[in-house]
Parts: sequence; structure tokens; C-alpha cells
Amino acid sequence: MDETPLWASESFWKKTAIWVTAGSFLVLVVLTFDSLSKTSAGSKRVPAYAVINKKIDYQYDKELHKSMPVIGENEFLFGKEYSEEEALQLVDLGKKTTQAKNCMNCHTLLGNGAYYAPDLTKAWLDKGWISKDIREDMMVKFLMDPEKNARTFGSNRKMPNLKITEQEAKGIIAFLKWMSSIDTNGFPYNFKTIEAEE
Amino acid sequence: MNTSGLNGLMQNAAALGEKSRACLNDFKAWVQLDSTNLSDGQQLAVKYFTVAVILFFAQILFGLLAATQFIYPSFLYEILDFNVNRMIHINAMIVWMLYGFIGCVYWFLEDESGTEIVGLKLGNIAFWVLTVAVTVVVLVYLLVQIGPGKDSSLWFINEGREYIEAPRWADIGIVVVMLIFFYNVVATFSKGKWSGIAGVLTLDLVALAGLYVAGMFYMTNITHEQYWWWWVIHLWVEATWEVLVGVIMAWSLMKLLGVRRKIIQTWLYIEVALMFGSGILGLGHHYFWIGTPEYWLTIGGFFSALEPIPLVAMVVHAVYDSGTHAFKNGNHPALAWIIAQAFGNFFGAGVWGFMHTLPQINLYTHGTQWSASHGHLAFFGAYATINIAFFYLAIQHWRGDVWMGGGSQNAWRWKWALGLLNGGVLGMTIALLIAGYEQSFIERAVEGSTWGGYFTAQNHPSFQSAMVWRLFFGGMTFAGFILLVWDLLTIGKGETRKAPEVVET
Ligand code: HEM
Ligand code: HEM
Ligand SMILES: [Fe+2]
Repeated sequence: MDETPLWASESFWKKTAIWVTAGSFLVLVVLTFDSLSKTSAGSKRVPAYAVINKKIDYQYDKELHKSMPVIGENEFLFGKEYSEEEALQLVDLGKKTTQAKNCMNCHTLLGNGAYYAPDLTKAWLDKGWISKDIREDMMVKFLMDPEKNARTFGSNRKMPNLKITEQEAKGIIAFLKWMSSIDTNGFPYNFKTIEAEE
Repeated sequence: MNTSGLNGLMQNAAALGEKSRACLNDFKAWVQLDSTNLSDGQQLAVKYFTVAVILFFAQILFGLLAATQFIYPSFLYEILDFNVNRMIHINAMIVWMLYGFIGCVYWFLEDESGTEIVGLKLGNIAFWVLTVAVTVVVLVYLLVQIGPGKDSSLWFINEGREYIEAPRWADIGIVVVMLIFFYNVVATFSKGKWSGIAGVLTLDLVALAGLYVAGMFYMTNITHEQYWWWWVIHLWVEATWEVLVGVIMAWSLMKLLGVRRKIIQTWLYIEVALMFGSGILGLGHHYFWIGTPEYWLTIGGFFSALEPIPLVAMVVHAVYDSGTHAFKNGNHPALAWIIAQAFGNFFGAGVWGFMHTLPQINLYTHGTQWSASHGHLAFFGAYATINIAFFYLAIQHWRGDVWMGGGSQNAWRWKWALGLLNGGVLGMTIALLIAGYEQSFIERAVEGSTWGGYFTAQNHPSFQSAMVWRLFFGGMTFAGFILLVWDLLTIGKGETRKAPEVVET
């Protein structure tokens, strides 16, 4: 028996490696096109930026067995109605600011990032902002001077002052509001929003 | 400034330069490493290794600062905030490991191709360009830290994206340097001879560098942005880096134990097939909750659950080869770290990864200290270990192929370094695992991941004591690192016995 069996043959495994890699990659490329088109801003899963003009909630759907974003009536941000173009600009400023200030190395966004501070996926809907009447104002003040307006929940951990301007703070809030409307397949689980009845 | 002041300054600078040169010479006299033992490519490789070790030090240092802040939040508050320390911690890690890998390739390129390196001068220039760029990037991280919400901040300060924070100008520089490196590799193999190892290496480097480009763009749509971001992070560590390590391991086992090339290369192809076959679509385990469609729950869950299989294959490979050669070899520390790699990779990536990779579990563990527990054991187990193993191979050759097997002087040093580093990281991993479980239950399941729920979990006694244990084991890791550096600088000094020539068996 000097025949090398197939399972021990170098050239067989070489071909297998090439085909498996090429095949997997091809499937990934196809899925990527599909996923990107299903998640462009304005799709069902990722709403258009002008969603910041609407009331947003996140409720448990008994049939789907998971929480889903619920987009409601008009509820303007900072008392203004934004066109899609203006909304894009504001959210874009906010998104860029979160990167320039390196938020992700303390917080998680959509659950990715660092674990030193709370997840921001649904931060817009958090009960921590006490009531909807004061939420926007509280958020602007907090972002501009988190040291003075700190809420540490007994942890002594305070967000540092990142020299966020008022305009940047508004952008961040618009970005957070928009992000809270994304369909994240039920993550986070069991999240009770500022809208929920006690 | 008047001229005498300027003169004085220049004299001071000259004196300082003189002094540091004297220090360097003293150091060189002390380490007694003879660079004539190294080929041209290997001389470039050890430059890469040196910077890698320095950045490894930075990684551990800034990790300790960040870990301290979990316990004393006012420590360095608004001087070096947690996000700055953590950014340097993980960015230094990515960069030192890449430096290590590049060094490994330069190290064996001549041997594997059978010729001298083509374009080595350019390769040397690229090393210096990259190193200056890395230094500037780190200084800006430390001194400027953050910028206004404008494109210029992303171009010149940092991009604010975990692991690939480097600003855009540096991204472009990195791509250029990678192209030069790639040119060195391909041109050298083309001039000399190709082999199975060479082919896998080349294709893997194309993928590795290409993927980096996927992470260079800014997007307002965070779902799209994270989609591409994971292409870089996941397809690096769970596909292309894993295969690169397979290549380095293949060459090392051949040199260290004399395993036959045919066996090595067949294994390498099997590993590539299994790793890419599971890892490419396993990418889906990061697409559960970022807005992407539901089919990723199935695809990501299924394929990522298969990812441990190639890691088992790698353990079998390393242990089997060592066993059939009765662990006989002239470099015990290198072999010990190779075995540590096989098991560290299997446990850190395979077992710890598998434990939270199914969506039903990941819904609760996602974005908790659970991920950090896995991240530490996987990066250390899979990638720090193989680099350290290679450092030992390199230092042995640099010393003139002296004996580093049984009965060496001061062998306690490498043994203790091995024990402290592995024990330290394992201890941190367990502490973070406990914290992660507690967070999954209290913050995620019971409290529903609100702001208040987050802090309820952070204030819990089991979380708080886990953070103390993590710092303790971080200290142990640090001690191991110091010992490792001392050992690398001194091992084999004064050894007169030569390591036996390794022949294929
Ligand atoms: C050497 C290989 C690997 C390395 C270095 C590694 C490293 C990491 C790191 C650092 C993270 C955290 C990312 C973040 O900051 O958000 C992560 C996440 C993750 N890894 Fe791995 N990993 C490896 C292999 C694996 C394997 C083989 C599996 C599965 C079997 C796996 C499953 C996961 C999962 C499910 C997450 C997401 C955690 C979350 O939802 O927060 N990993 N990995
Ligand atoms: C003295 C030793 C170390 C200490 C004290 C330390 C501490 C830390 C801290 C505090 C974080 C931030 C976690 C968070 O966001 O909550 C972190 C993240 C991280 N560290 Fe370390 N670290 C150490 C060594 C290492 C080593 C040796 C490696 C790998 C070779 C490593 C890899 C990582 C990774 C991949 C992350 C990101 C994890 C994630 O996002 O899930 N660290 N480390
Ligand atoms: Fe992954």
C-alpha cells in the first residue's frame, strides 16, 4: 500500500481549501448585498433619519416573542420639524461627534464597545431621564457638563467633560433618538421605556 | 531667543544625545547579542520584534490603569480618562501583534524561499515610517485625546472605532507599509521558490490587508458602519490571523522538531478549509443585534458554532507532532509557548467563544464583561503566545544557536514567566467571567439593560470583588511580562553548548 489515501493527500486538501474558502466568501458577498439594502436608512429595519420627528417606543410583541420599536405620532425634537435632509445633517453631526469624542471606549452602542458605562442603544428611551417633559433639556445639560449633572447611581463613576458644544449635544441626541428606532431583533431584552406604565 | 540661549540648548541636546548613545552602548555590551548571526531579513525582523515588545508593555500598562479606574473611578479622572487608557490598551495590542507577525514573516522569508529578500531596503524604510507613525498616533491619543465633531478629528486625532481607532492619515500610511511588506514577500518567493506555505501566506496577506480597507470609511448609518467594522475585526481574528498563525506554526514546527513538510502542508490546508469554512460565515454572530436581518441568527449561530473544530485540529496537530518527536528539541521555552498557544487558542477562542455564540445566550451576554473575559483569553491564548514562542526561536538564533533545552542555566526564569503570564491572564479571565455572569443575569435579564439596571449590576458585591481580582491578576500578568523581558535578554548568555541540528524525520 504505497497509494496515499484521499484523506491524507496534500493536493486533495489544497483543492478543498480553495473551494470552501471561495464558496463561503461568495455566500457572504451575496448576503452582504442583501443585508445592506435591507438596512439602508429608510428601510423597514432602519428608519429614515426624519424619524426623529416621531414618538418612538420599544414594546414587547407577544406574537414575535421579542421587543420591537414602535413609531408613533409626531413628537418633534427641540420643538422643530426636520426635513429628511436636515435630519440627516443633525444625526450625522451627532454620529461624528460620538466618534470624535471616543464614546465607544466607555459605552456600548448596539451592544458593541466598552463596558465602563451603560449601553446607548435605547438611551433615548431610558427611564433615567425621569419624564418626557424634561428629557431633552436634561440630556443637553448632561452632555455639555456631565460632571456637574452627574447621575452615578451610587457608583461614583462620572462621565468626563468632553467639551461638547450645544449644537453637538443636540446632534448626539438626534442620533440617539434615531438609533433607538432601529429594529435590533429584540436586543436589549426586557427593556422598560420611559413611556411604560409603572 | 538670543544666540547664546540657542547655543546652550544645542549643547544640552548634544550632551543628551551623547548620553543616550553611551547608555545604548552599555546596554549592547551587556546583552552580548551578536547580529552577525542574523541574515539581512532577520535583522529587520528583530527590529519589528523589539517594537512589538515595547508596545506589549504599553498594552499592559494602560490595561492596569483602566482596571484601576473600575475600582477608583476618580483615578486620573479628566487627565487620562478610561476611554483613553482603554483605547491605548487595545490599539497597542493590535499593533504589537501585527508587528510580531510581520517580524515572523521577515524572519523565515529567506529560509522558505531559498533566496535573499527582494526590496529589503524599502522594507527597512517602511519599518521606520511605520514606527514613527505609530509613535505620533500614540502621542496624539495621549495629549490631544478628542476633537470636535468634524471630519478633521477623524482624519487627525482618532476615528473612535474600537480596535481600529487610528486616524485616517495613519490608516493610509499603514496600507502603504503593508503594500511594501507584501511586495517583499511576493517578489522574494517569485525570485526564489514557491511552496505550499508560501502560497497560503500570500493569499492570506492579501485578504488581511484588503479587510483593513473595509474599516476605513465613515458612515452615518451605524448599522452599516458596524457591519463593515466587524468585517475587519472578526475576519481578522477568526479567519485571516488564525491562518497566519497556522503558517507561522507550520514553519516553526518544521524547524523546531523537524516535522516533514508534506505532513505540515497537508495539515495547513485542512486548517485553512476548516477555519475559513466556519469563520467566514461565522461572522454572522456579530450581526444578531445591530439591525441586520433575522437570517443572521441562524447563519451566524450555526457557522460560528463550528469554529472550534479547526482549533481542535490545531491542538491535535501541535501535540501529536511534539509527541511523535518525544518533545525532544533544543529550545524548551519556544516549545512550551507553542503548546500554550494550542491550548490557549482552543480554550480562549474555541470554548469561551462557543459558550456565548448562540443567539439565545448572546442576547443576555452581549456587551457585558463576558465578552471581555473571552477577549482576554482568546487574544492572549491565540496571538500573544505564538509571538512569544517566536521571540524565543529568534533569540536562540541571535545567540548563535545555543542550547536552550533541558538543563539550561536560569531556566526558572522562563518557567516562571510562562506560569505568571498564563496564570495572570487565566485569573483575569475567570474574574471577568464571574462579573459577566452577574451582569447577564442582573443587568440584562432582570433589569432589562437600562441605565439604572447597568449600575445595579456594577454595584453588586460579586461584580466589585471581581474587579479587584482582575486587578490582582493583572499585576501577576505584569510581573510575568517583566520576567519574560529579562529572560529574553539574558537566556543563553554564556551558554557554550550548541543546539543540535534539526533534521526532517
Ligand atoms: C483567536 C480567536 C478569537 C479572538 C482573538 C476573539 C476575540 C474577541 C473579542 C475581543 C471580542 C469582543 C469584541 C468587542 O469588543 O465587542 C469577541 C466577541 C465575540 N467572540 Fe470572539 N474571538 C475569537 C474567536 C472566537 C470564536 C472561535 C468564537 C465562537 C465559537 C467567538 C465568539 C465570539 C462572540 C459570540 C462574540 C460577541 C460577544 C458579544 O456579543 O458581545 N470568538 N471576540
Ligand atoms: C495587566 C493586564 C491587563 C489588564 C489589567 C487589562 C485590563 C483591561 C480593561 C480594564 C479592559 C476594558 C474592559 C471594559 O471595557 O470594561 C480591557 C479590555 C481588553 N483587553 Fe485587557 N488587560 C490586561 C491584559 C490584556 C492582555 C494580555 C490582552 C491580550 C493579549 C488583553 C486584551 C484585551 C481586549 C481584547 C480587550 C477588549 C475586550 C472587549 O471589548 O470585549 N488585555 N483590558
Ligand atoms: Fe467573531
